[in-house]
Amino acid sequence: MVTMNLEGLEMIAVLVVVVLFVKVLEQFGLLEAGYDDSVEDELELSAVRHRPEGLEQLEAQTRFSRKELQILYRGFKNECPSGVVNEETFKDIYSQFFPQGDASTYAHFLFNAFDTDHNGSVSFEDFVMGLSILLRGTVQEKLNWAFNLYDINKDGYITKEEMLDIMKAIYDMMGKCTYPVLKEETPRQHVEVFFQKMDKNKDGVVTIDEFIDCCQNDENIMRSMHLFENVL
Amino acid sequence: MATGVAAWLPFARAAAIGWMPVANCPMPVAPRDNSKRQDELIILNVSGRRFQTWRTTLDRYPDTLLGSSEKDFFYNEETKEYFFDRDPDAFRSILNFYRTGKLHYPRHECISAYDEELTFFGIIPEIIGDCCYEEYKDRKRENLERLQDDQEENKDMKMPNMNFRETMWRAFENPHTSTMALVFYYVTGFFIAISVITNVVETVPCGSTANQKDMPCGERYTVAFFCMDTACVMIFTVEYLMRLFAAPSRYRFMRSVMSIIDVVAILPYYIGLVMTNNEDVSGAFVTLRVFRVFRIFKFSRHSQGLRILGYTLKSCASELGFLLFSLTMAIIIFATVMFYAEKGSSSSKFTSIPASFWYTIVTMTTLGYGDMVPKTIAGKIFGSICSLSGVLVIALPVPVIVSNFSRIYHQNQRADKRRAQKKARLARIRIAKSGSANAFLQSKRNGLLNELLELTGTEEDEQKLTKSTSLLESQHHHLLHCLEKTTAHEFVDEQMYEQNCLETALQTYPSRSPSISSHDSSVGTCCGRRVKRNTPLPNASTPSAHPIPTHQGPLQELSAIHIQCGDPPSHSTSRSNLNLKTDDSGRINCKGGRITTAIISLPTPPALTPDGDGLHGPPQRRPSAGTNIVKVSAL
Repeated sequence: MVTMNLEGLEMIAVLVVVVLFVKVLEQFGLLEAGYDDSVEDELELSAVRHRPEGLEQLEAQTRFSRKELQILYRGFKNECPSGVVNEETFKDIYSQFFPQGDASTYAHFLFNAFDTDHNGSVSFEDFVMGLSILLRGTVQEKLNWAFNLYDINKDGYITKEEMLDIMKAIYDMMGKCTYPVLKEETPRQHVEVFFQKMDKNKDGVVTIDEFIDCCQNDENIMRSMHLFENVL
Repeated sequence: MATGVAAWLPFARAAAIGWMPVANCPMPVAPRDNSKRQDELIILNVSGRRFQTWRTTLDRYPDTLLGSSEKDFFYNEETKEYFFDRDPDAFRSILNFYRTGKLHYPRHECISAYDEELTFFGIIPEIIGDCCYEEYKDRKRENLERLQDDQEENKDMKMPNMNFRETMWRAFENPHTSTMALVFYYVTGFFIAISVITNVVETVPCGSTANQKDMPCGERYTVAFFCMDTACVMIFTVEYLMRLFAAPSRYRFMRSVMSIIDVVAILPYYIGLVMTNNEDVSGAFVTLRVFRVFRIFKFSRHSQGLRILGYTLKSCASELGFLLFSLTMAIIIFATVMFYAEKGSSSSKFTSIPASFWYTIVTMTTLGYGDMVPKTIAGKIFGSICSLSGVLVIALPVPVIVSNFSRIYHQNQRADKRRAQKKARLARIRIAKSGSANAFLQSKRNGLLNELLELTGTEEDEQKLTKSTSLLESQHHHLLHCLEKTTAHEFVDEQMYEQNCLETALQTYPSRSPSISSHDSSVGTCCGRRVKRNTPLPNASTPSAHPIPTHQGPLQELSAIHIQCGDPPSHSTSRSNLNLKTDDSGRINCKGGRITTAIISLPTPPALTPDGDGLHGPPQRRPSAGTNIVKVSAL
């Protein structure tokens, strides 16, 4: 029994020494490889950078004057030096205007509306095109843009579910402390009212023509379309 | 393109005349230089400091902001210069890049500020020259580690929908999250200590009984020690199984070091249970008891310092490996030398080279037991060389390990400090947010006051109240107003919200209904009034969208007493008519939140920049319609 004891512990001791030796050799042999790994880790690709088209081209494509484009670009570039806005930054910026509620869902829909080529980032051209429609476009174009915003999957129809998502996002921005108190079914009721007004043929979806028709007949909506014309 | 040597391009092109006689095919057409302008001086005005350079200097790098047409966005027609609203000190190094082709990183500059400048001007940081690249990368890595620590703490925050398993895992990983977790943490710690002490005491000789020789306590009180061991192992087994159940990735958990230690700590007991009867392997069973000492490593879950030590050793693996390797080499060399040197002498203890290993190790680490000493002169000489070299070999890698440990330790301390400051930081952010929200509500109240005073016609009061809001603020408030109109709900501040909850709760009492109806009418007149004041604002909400608040949600107890001091100006139509004394209603059922701090709310208008950092705006004005509302919580 004693010999077995010794042998057992001896075996373990020898095993430990061998393992240590192997580890030592490993370290020595692969020393350079270890360094390489760390170097490669650090060589991450720098952030995506984007340069906008020239002033003349943008002037031609949008309805802004040269000076206005300059002002817009300066503000844009100040906030996003890399020249593109990704969704996180967009949500951050937009949330700061609505401190009482949660603006991130609505900012997501807004981002998708601005990101016309759906590449996950809003460049200055996208930004300026969107603004050009919203601030200087005809009523038709503005309504078109709004329809595009509501139509989440861009299939040409606004369904009740899409509208409910948008409505909930808008109500989320109000936050909790409102008067009267926000209830669970308030967005749904609002969607019902909206569909009653807009869905003329009662087929459960709103098409672009129904939308534009109905909006043009409503003088409140027409008046509010001109609200932000002197923003810039 | 070798843009750094762009100035030499005309020379290279001229020297191409040398190829013409040898070429067999006609040459391609040369590109025409359409812009025949002379090289002109460009003025770059960076926050008032004017830099001047040639246009061609900037054109060297056409994929940056200054080298492309992007700078036209910043051209100022009147002063005929390019104006950039950036840091002029950082701009120096950027302009030097165009001039010399090498980008340098100024050491006094903050790394993230410099990075932002580089991004703004479209320069990738990888072209920083070799002289400054190391420094840049080091500081960037440090910064990243700091940010990562912050993010890791965010993971500790409780996610709203965590099932039981996730809660358990979080409790295990971070014992400070709940009382149960803390209790569990201390209980396991206690049992680890008990187990280790038991192992130690087991071997102490316990005083003699009828037998002659002293028995170790373990053999005298076998049953007691066995029970203790069983209890500890049961606790450890339960803990391990619970951790295994709660782990998000069981496979990864089983491979982690801590779980291996757990298994090794409890396995000897079970193997012992199985093997007691077999005589042959009971020797090995005794060996296995050695592994019980690994239970002490379970303490590393409880001790931050142990974890730091382990992490240091892991990160200094290469230095430790080098130390071991060089020691091994030296041991073998010196052992061989000592063996052959002492071979001659009689009755020498150096019987074989492996036997000399012991002498060499003891000598090199300056232990010097004295059980093996060289007797020959050669042996003594080589022995002294051995001890001198031992000191050197060991002293070399140690400072590296120490500095690593120091860096990791300080990092940990910084993380702890940041965690402590995080609460204060979050509180400040919350105050800033509520400040901006309050500013909006304050301006609404002022707007109502203005309307009232317009009606009553007191000019001087109106002038007193018409504060000069900045254009930015009034536009922001207009935006919030539009949102209110879209949703047909209005922003209120917290105390009014609870007020409304209170009223809906008290609505069941018929005596209260007159106040509710007056509220409704007041709301109606409020909106009506506002429509008259701002004509372009469309009243998108239908009048029926103001339902009487009927409360059906779950009721939560609110133990807060509202005390109101200061009298609001007496206008019955304003919603800020909060003359209802509510101090007699002790139990208020409201869907609102619980207030646990005393807040004195003074609306402060923060400066709204696009960055939205409301911390800069000092309270500029005191509201004259000051309703100081003090909330005292009875918790």
